[in-house]
Amino acid sequence: MPEKTMRDAINEALHQAMEQDDSVFVIGEDVAGCNGSAGDVGSVGGVFGVTSGIYHRWPDRCIDTPISESAIVGAAAGAALVGMRPVAEIMFADFIGVCMDQIVNQMAKFRYMFGGKSRCPAVIRFSAGGGFSAAGQHSQAMYQVMTSFPGLKVVVPSNAYDAKGLMLSAIQDDDPVLFFEPKILYQETAEVPDEMYTIPFGQANFVREGDDVTVVAFGQMVPKAAAVIDALAEEGISCDLIDPRTTSPLDENAILESVEATGRLVIVDEAPPRCGLTADIAGLAADKAFRSLKAPIKQVCAPHSPTPFSPELEAAYLPDAEKITAAIKATLA
Amino acid sequence: MSIPKETLLNAYRSMKTIREFEERVNAEIMNGQIPGFTHLYTGQEANAVGVCAHLDESDTIISTHRGHGHCIAKGADVSGMMKELFGSSEGLCKGKGGSMHVADIDKGILGANGIVAGGPPISVGSALAAKIRKNGKVAVSFSGDGSVNQGTCFEAMNMAVVLQVPAIFVIENNYYSEHTSINYAVGCDDLKARTEAFGFPVFVADGADFFAVYEAAGKAIAHARAGNGPAGIFAEQGRYHGHFVGDPQAYRAAGELEDLRENHCPLKNFRKRMAETGELSAAELDAIDAEVLAEIDQSVKDAKAAARPTAEQVTEDVYIQYTATA
Ligand SMILES: Cc1ncc(C[n+]2csc(CCOP(=O)(O)OP(=O)(O)O)c2C)c(N)n1
Ligand SMILES: [Mg+2]
Repeated sequence: MPEKTMRDAINEALHQAMEQDDSVFVIGEDVAGCNGSAGDVGSVGGVFGVTSGIYHRWPDRCIDTPISESAIVGAAAGAALVGMRPVAEIMFADFIGVCMDQIVNQMAKFRYMFGGKSRCPAVIRFSAGGGFSAAGQHSQAMYQVMTSFPGLKVVVPSNAYDAKGLMLSAIQDDDPVLFFEPKILYQETAEVPDEMYTIPFGQANFVREGDDVTVVAFGQMVPKAAAVIDALAEEGISCDLIDPRTTSPLDENAILESVEATGRLVIVDEAPPRCGLTADIAGLAADKAFRSLKAPIKQVCAPHSPTPFSPELEAAYLPDAEKITAAIKATLA
Repeated sequence: MSIPKETLLNAYRSMKTIREFEERVNAEIMNGQIPGFTHLYTGQEANAVGVCAHLDESDTIISTHRGHGHCIAKGADVSGMMKELFGSSEGLCKGKGGSMHVADIDKGILGANGIVAGGPPISVGSALAAKIRKNGKVAVSFSGDGSVNQGTCFEAMNMAVVLQVPAIFVIENNYYSEHTSINYAVGCDDLKARTEAFGFPVFVADGADFFAVYEAAGKAIAHARAGNGPAGIFAEQGRYHGHFVGDPQAYRAAGELEDLRENHCPLKNFRKRMAETGELSAAELDAIDAEVLAEIDQSVKDAKAAARPTAEQVTEDVYIQYTATA
């Protein structure tokens, strides 16, 4: 099977969805690029290259916008309400701050407030997360915040294979989907089939299987946790590693079944702790699997602070192998 | 218009400092010494300096992602800025912000800003404070040709008129927002007219010409200081580098960059004007060049030697630490 980067896997999903369904279009800042300039329009394909090549094949369905995030999301929501399948790009998840109303008060609520009579099959893509020394306004995960809004589906792929299948599911889904691409993983490769395939929402992936500890990780923390678990296997510690892949809907059963078997739970996410995914899942386990637990649940996440700029600070800020290892061992102590 | 010699010397020094700072930062990024996302101001020096020449420390500016020039023009400590870019804990922001968040509140620099058009509303607040306090201060926000299409920018402009506050909106047209031309992203043909339609005067200047910007900014700032509400400055001048360091710049026409550097250089234009009027000698300007080069060189040496932040500092300064008093 061919190896592809996560960037190329998402790009391939977009091309295939557009080929198959002419109601799909992409919209955002520089998703084509070079509009109005002397350069070749379409030669940019998004600042991370995820929409590369789309303009040259479908110039009418690859739409560059001014820097206007509210209008981008709003336009995607409106087009979706009347039957299109837009895939909008918001360059950095942090810019949700600019378009929060259109996401949270508008697209998330249409179906419910309109008595189930509407569909809003829009996908909003974001690059997300830390690791680039990009500081407080270009490093946030944001998916943990958006997970708390009913009406939105929230996807966080951790590898190229999942990213393609989840993107094709997102485009076919009739509800609004927020798709968070951990930008540190864009260049990471995996085996990705050339043909179209979908991965259902709400179905976790068991990245590793083991008996001693259940580890749940999200996005860029999945490969980090996997590396830790592989190292611990040599010490005779075996762990389940669960990647929920979608935080809304969440595959609660997969997590609970694993916790019931291992009796120990470590949750790893790159976002700050308060009202985040680690607390959410710790609450779930405490509520529904309390009697299976043999040790306190451990949460590994960023501290309650913005993302710092300096590389040393950011390295200390983000969960790393050392912290994940310590948490797993703590549950076994 | 005669400009005091002191002002001329400071203006040239400031523009030269920006130029050398940016060119050196570019080189250090290429060497892998400076982390993060960095946007260079090279070429647009006259905009920042022509505007800030009219401001004192208690007037405020708020900048953009392309903020080094604005901060230097408003008097930020160059060595502290360089250390910040290198991520040192001795940097102006203790290594917490980096290039996109350089700030120095004591100098009236309310920060560079990583959110396009994050600044104008905040600047309206600073201007509102000046109006309430009746202290004659002004608040300047810088926006690019792309930034002006953001709702926050529209809201700030309209509210500044409604509140009649001394807000100055500087619009720097460098023809592109990332990889998109202003010809595409600004829907109307006349951005100056669109801005004036909010209800304040906009003064236009050639951004390659310090004297033009200085004159336009003088009018705009006088208008606002006199209590007549907001005013705008519209300056056109291309940037010499890519949007960010490493940008392939596919949007450029053949020869565009060469033409900018050759025929639209605020520093060259300044020297030419001085040669014509005789207000400053070439020797005086050469001496400034040498001092600036030495200062920038030293700032890089200092930045490389400066203390690095430690893990405990991650959670410092999230909130004010109140100490209990007996
Ligand atoms: C809200 C928001 N949207 C998008 C971006 C990404 N971005 C950074 S700079 C930029 C272009 C800004 O263009 P302009 O205002 O003309 O300033 P210039 O870069 O030309 O100085 C964009 C799109 C951002 N930082 N913030
Ligand atoms: Mg611009």
